[in-house]
Amino acid sequence: MDGNGNSPILSVRNVRKYFGGIKAVDGVSLDVASQRITGLIGPNGAGKTTLFNVISGLYKADAGEIYFKGERIDGLSLHQTFQKGLCRTFQISRELKLMTVLENLMLVPPGQEGENLWKTWFIPLRVRRQESEIREKALQALDSVGLLHLKDEYAGNLSGGQKRLLELARTMMAEPELILFDEPGAGVNPSERRVLAEHIRRLVSEQGVTVFLIGHEMELVMDVCDPIIVMDRGKKLTEGSPEEIGRDPRVLEIYLGGGSQ
Amino acid sequence: MGIDIGGILSFLASFAIMAAIYAIFSMGLNVQWGYTGLVNFGIAGFFCIGAYTSALVTTPLPTGVLADYVDQAIGLNQPFLVGVLAAAITSGLWAALIGLLTLRLRADYLAISTIGLAETLRLFFNNEPWLANGPEGLVGLPKPLYGLVPPQYYNYLYLAIVLAFLALIYIAIERGIRSPWGRVLRAMREDEVMTSANGKNVFLFKLQSLVVGAMIMGIGGALYAHYSAAVQPSLFTPMFGTFIIWAMLSLGGTGNNKGAILGGFVVWAIWSWSTFLIRNVVPAGFQTRAPYIRYILIGLLLVIIMLRRPKGLIGEERQVSRF
Repeated sequence: MDGNGNSPILSVRNVRKYFGGIKAVDGVSLDVASQRITGLIGPNGAGKTTLFNVISGLYKADAGEIYFKGERIDGLSLHQTFQKGLCRTFQISRELKLMTVLENLMLVPPGQEGENLWKTWFIPLRVRRQESEIREKALQALDSVGLLHLKDEYAGNLSGGQKRLLELARTMMAEPELILFDEPGAGVNPSERRVLAEHIRRLVSEQGVTVFLIGHEMELVMDVCDPIIVMDRGKKLTEGSPEEIGRDPRVLEIYLGGGSQ
Repeated sequence: MGIDIGGILSFLASFAIMAAIYAIFSMGLNVQWGYTGLVNFGIAGFFCIGAYTSALVTTPLPTGVLADYVDQAIGLNQPFLVGVLAAAITSGLWAALIGLLTLRLRADYLAISTIGLAETLRLFFNNEPWLANGPEGLVGLPKPLYGLVPPQYYNYLYLAIVLAFLALIYIAIERGIRSPWGRVLRAMREDEVMTSANGKNVFLFKLQSLVVGAMIMGIGGALYAHYSAAVQPSLFTPMFGTFIIWAMLSLGGTGNNKGAILGGFVVWAIWSWSTFLIRNVVPAGFQTRAPYIRYILIGLLLVIIMLRRPKGLIGEERQVSRF
């Protein structure tokens, strides 16, 4: 339980992930409170993305436990954590290049009957009905991020900022309970970044989603996240409100270069 | 001087039968490579399994004098359609076995396993005569609906049968590809990690794609076997059984079933025409070596397509999902 009476939706306990001799994540424990935007910051190489990769099931943890909604998920693979209601984005956009923007989104919804080949042959009408619902939903998601005019464009042809918006729309299609955003503002100009921040806030306030967000641009993180968790060299350094983090000398030191050690 | 219309038509019919059978193989490869990005260099193996399965299922065990000359372990004497169905199933099982072993590994393992196991199969049938009579193979496969028309017109009937299979496979695959199933396959081709980040079990979908493509190839193998009424291991070489089909799909249009069919007809036309050309142009002393010129032709064709028109004659449509 945190101060607002929200129990954590995600709990990470003593998670370790080593690559040979490199301790990318070295015994991290943290909680992500439900229906908040929790930030995760730290210098390059702090282990933030590795931690996300472990939580989402892309990597297996070497040690430790991860609980999502009270259920242990650290043995699950990437597609299984998605099915549990956990959707992640990537630091570098991984759009499906030779598929249209609309198809990129129509792929996402879980429970599509048409993913079963037999059903496409023997109950085509039901598949068709569901498919038109999915299309409708995808068009709405595109409309809300302002990409509707690009629906028939190859996703590979979008600009960097548009790819970020497409990822955002993808998280809307997934209807997850927890979204892990890995540097949503990377490669995006400041005005687009403000649009993104506003969308992320609305996901939480309007749809009750929980967000856990890695940020590199301090203004985005300070602006939308509360609380903020700081990682350094594979370990959790501290956690607090944006004001507390902004005042913490240890945080300033790792960001401004640890000359005083 | 009268033109021999009957002769031309008969030639065209036998050309079209082979081209249509190859178009079926090309569609099978399109499911695997065109839509899913799976590299199958062992089409000949599925061709071989399909042809031999149908041969063993539809012929009776040799009796009397014949039994002294023909070794055959299985002979179920079933009708043609049972043979085709069995060919699809055994070919699919063969694919499932290869897929279970290799699809969790990096992509190149599938390529090397398929080509290696295809060669293994060919050599197995060649060196293990107890199963299907070794290098001589099996002859006398039943021709479906034989006797319905006079023998000199039978090719037209068989062409109709092959075209019916072609149409049925085309419709079934188009349905699947235009649906969410096909969308997952294409997503895996673009980015496997992203596809699993969208909750799809990448391994299971790749396995399905490999098996469905292989079943189509198995049907192609059975149709070929009943057309020539004979199977021998020497048919299933990497060239005749695999790479010519890659050339067909690449030329016609990877990721487009109409392209896959078109490629089958165009490349088979080039292949057949080059036979005549070589026979008439090459000096008599080189006739025995000349067929290898065709290998060079197919290789050259593949290179030119890759350089000049990587999407083929009709490439993939922009929006494939359309259900």
